[in-house]
Amino acid sequence: MLRDITIGQHFPGNSVLHRCDPRLKLVGTIAYIIVLFVASNPLGIALSLALLALLYAVAKIPYRLILKSLKPIVPIIIFTAVLNLFFITGDGEPLVRLWVFSIYKEGVSYAILMAVRVVALIAGTSLLTYTTSPIVLTDAIESLLRPLQKLHFPVHELAMMMTIALRFIPTLIEETEKIMNAQKARGAKLDNGKFTERIRALIPILIPLFISAFRRADELAMAMECRCYRGGEGRTRLKVLRFGKLDVQCALALAVLLGIILSTTLLF
Amino acid sequence: MSEIIRCEHLRYVYNAGLPDETAALDDVSFSIEEGDFIGIIGSTGSGKSTLISHFNGLNRPTSGKIYVDGRDMWAEGEDLRSFRFLVGLVFQYPEYQLFEETCAQDIAYGPRNMGLSEEEIQRRVKEAAEFTGLSEDLLQRSPFELSGGQKRRVAIAGVMAMEPRILVLDEPAAGLDPEGRDTILAQIKAYHKKTGVTVVLVSHSMEDIAKYADKVLVMHKAGVAMYDTVENIFARAPELLELGLSVPQVTQIFLRLKEMGLDIKTDVYTMPYAVKTVLKAYNARHPEKPLPIPAEKGGEDHAS
Repeated sequence: MLRDITIGQHFPGNSVLHRCDPRLKLVGTIAYIIVLFVASNPLGIALSLALLALLYAVAKIPYRLILKSLKPIVPIIIFTAVLNLFFITGDGEPLVRLWVFSIYKEGVSYAILMAVRVVALIAGTSLLTYTTSPIVLTDAIESLLRPLQKLHFPVHELAMMMTIALRFIPTLIEETEKIMNAQKARGAKLDNGKFTERIRALIPILIPLFISAFRRADELAMAMECRCYRGGEGRTRLKVLRFGKLDVQCALALAVLLGIILSTTLLF
Repeated sequence: MSEIIRCEHLRYVYNAGLPDETAALDDVSFSIEEGDFIGIIGSTGSGKSTLISHFNGLNRPTSGKIYVDGRDMWAEGEDLRSFRFLVGLVFQYPEYQLFEETCAQDIAYGPRNMGLSEEEIQRRVKEAAEFTGLSEDLLQRSPFELSGGQKRRVAIAGVMAMEPRILVLDEPAAGLDPEGRDTILAQIKAYHKKTGVTVVLVSHSMEDIAKYADKVLVMHKAGVAMYDTVENIFARAPELLELGLSVPQVTQIFLRLKEMGLDIKTDVYTMPYAVKTVLKAYNARHPEKPLPIPAEKGGEDHAS
């Protein structure tokens, strides 16, 4: 049900990956994604997967969580793989001929490569959210985007909005469940009926949900004003992000590993 | 009188199969007679709310059976929705479920889902509004303009209008001022007396339970700790205190008096009965000049 949603799910721990600076993790993840697409030869992909497996082991995150995070995008993976399978044409003889479609050797290998790459992409970004709490992550985003402030980009406001949005996801899910139960108790038909009926059945849930969201926003704004919130200017933090010795070591290790993966492109 | 709800070895487990698996209900068996006014009491996390959400099939028991009006709710081929119309459930803070343009339309939402005729719906809305003391003028206003107490009454009327055989209310007076509290609870009691509908009232307040319920179900750690008439439950006040529940202030005074060595009954939970008990005790000590004991005042609360 609703509770199964795992957006930005965080698994607290005390591994090196958990303790490392979130900015490094964020930049590292982006670098990893870039490497995935640049080093698109079989060896490069295999090494990228190995690196991912290593990082999961270091973070002590069970591998079955990868499967869990992959579940919602299985249709996309299958869809892209099938498309690649049929639309990539090669030089040699096609392997199979089906009506107007023909499958080439290149198509098969590209489809597999693409699917594996998407899997690695999702698993890699999930590792970031597994090891970093959403709040810390927005701190990192704010810190990384700070230079944009010179261009009058509202960095702090954006980060605050993200923090609040993340904070209220579980609250609103709980609220939705409560309202759904209350309307079901009054005989609402939510799980069956025609499409138009189902849409109409959502009104008694959405209206109270919106009203309660606005009420919460109002209360939160009031509470923030009471504590003299005036935006980011001159604001100090409880937890200051520090790039320490451990982070330097991690950054170097990651750079070396990603460099090795990148160098495989020279071989092919 | 016949049984309207019967639970047999009801068990409900949250997060089954995960490391943090917890039983919210464990081997709960009891039955409720039609026409009773039952109070359910228990400390936070004792399973009260989980229990009542089983009464209309919002939760499916992990094991055990639940019969409503003699029908096994989770038997093959049973229509769950028909149970929702049989058991009207009013949740905590029900005012957050209001959504219609006018109060009258919101109250009509439940009956309309039952597929009743427009005429019947209007009759029920009017009747439910009467029970909850909502004026004609209020019914035509948007529920979002009303005060907290009024909203709450609209929400309760919305469930009453479904004319369930059992009305279950989870903390209907929570968060209201003392006057709003008394008004709502008195209205529920009047509704019970007039319609004879079985009422189940979940509450934290021993005072409220003592004042309105006939029988009390005490929940403790996912199970039923006691289930008896109000008098018998309050006669076991020390045990209630051990379960972390409070007893009415009057009862606490009498417990203390007994502790101090006075030979006195402790199953006292209403003010009139307390007065009578004190006077009786006084007269027993001073037989030479007894004080007059008020005649049957407040006797409807307690047959002594």
